[in-house]
Amino acid sequence: MTDSDPQITLYRLQACPFCERVVRVLDDLDIAYDSRFVEPMHSERNVVKRVSGKRSVPAIVDENTGVTMSESANIVEYLEHTYGDGGAA
Amino acid sequence: MELEFEVTDLPASDHPEAGDVAPDFTRPLVGAEYWADTSLSAVVAEGPTLLVFHPMDGAFPTTYMWNAIDDHGFGEDVQLVGVSASSPYEHKDLLEERAEGARLFSDPDAGVAEAYDVENHLDGMEGVTEHRPAVFLLDADRTVQYAWVADEWPAFPDYEEVAAAIDEHA
Repeated sequence: MTDSDPQITLYRLQACPFCERVVRVLDDLDIAYDSRFVEPMHSERNVVKRVSGKRSVPAIVDENTGVTMSESANIVEYLEHTYGDGGAA
Repeated sequence: MELEFEVTDLPASDHPEAGDVAPDFTRPLVGAEYWADTSLSAVVAEGPTLLVFHPMDGAFPTTYMWNAIDDHGFGEDVQLVGVSASSPYEHKDLLEERAEGARLFSDPDAGVAEAYDVENHLDGMEGVTEHRPAVFLLDADRTVQYAWVADEWPAFPDYEEVAAAIDEHA
């Protein structure tokens, strides 16, 4: 799973508990990822809006599946379903 | 500017010279929209790169250096990459005001300064080490085409020399 070139990009805000929740799951599932840290100011997170349609973090882009997703609960569910035991990938 | 006294000398530096391969490193690299751990080797692979070490963001030499680099338009010919001890948040602020098109590495522990032998242990700021002003023109293999490192505090690059080096190599 931990290829040298991560296929998952995580847009995150330093110390954001929702982002740390996603990081924990990525680590638990041994999934490689790249972190991109963005601005605390919601209005300045244009890059997140551009990739995900909203300015909220965490957001992930998964090149393996073509999925882009926001909201930590959704992301956790997606990661566990896709990469956890019995997952599709 | 002519001063009526001697400017403070900095110790001799064993920094990379033209022809040497510049040390690689990975640090958070701050762009206009986000920062991410990035290696120098990945950056130089994109094209000729002017690697600029500078004092903390907010210090006047930093402001002068980036204003001069902007005025000379070096960013039209090479990638502009800065390094300082400042945090990514401070780098974001700097990029909103100057350093057009540049990206800035954040090196708070000055480990990169140590690798390049451009450390500046600041008198009167106990425990703070930053980067003395320095400029390295690098090719895609990190080979140094041109190097300048401050030997006085403060000192500024000779921008015409930098321009000539860019014209010759980039």
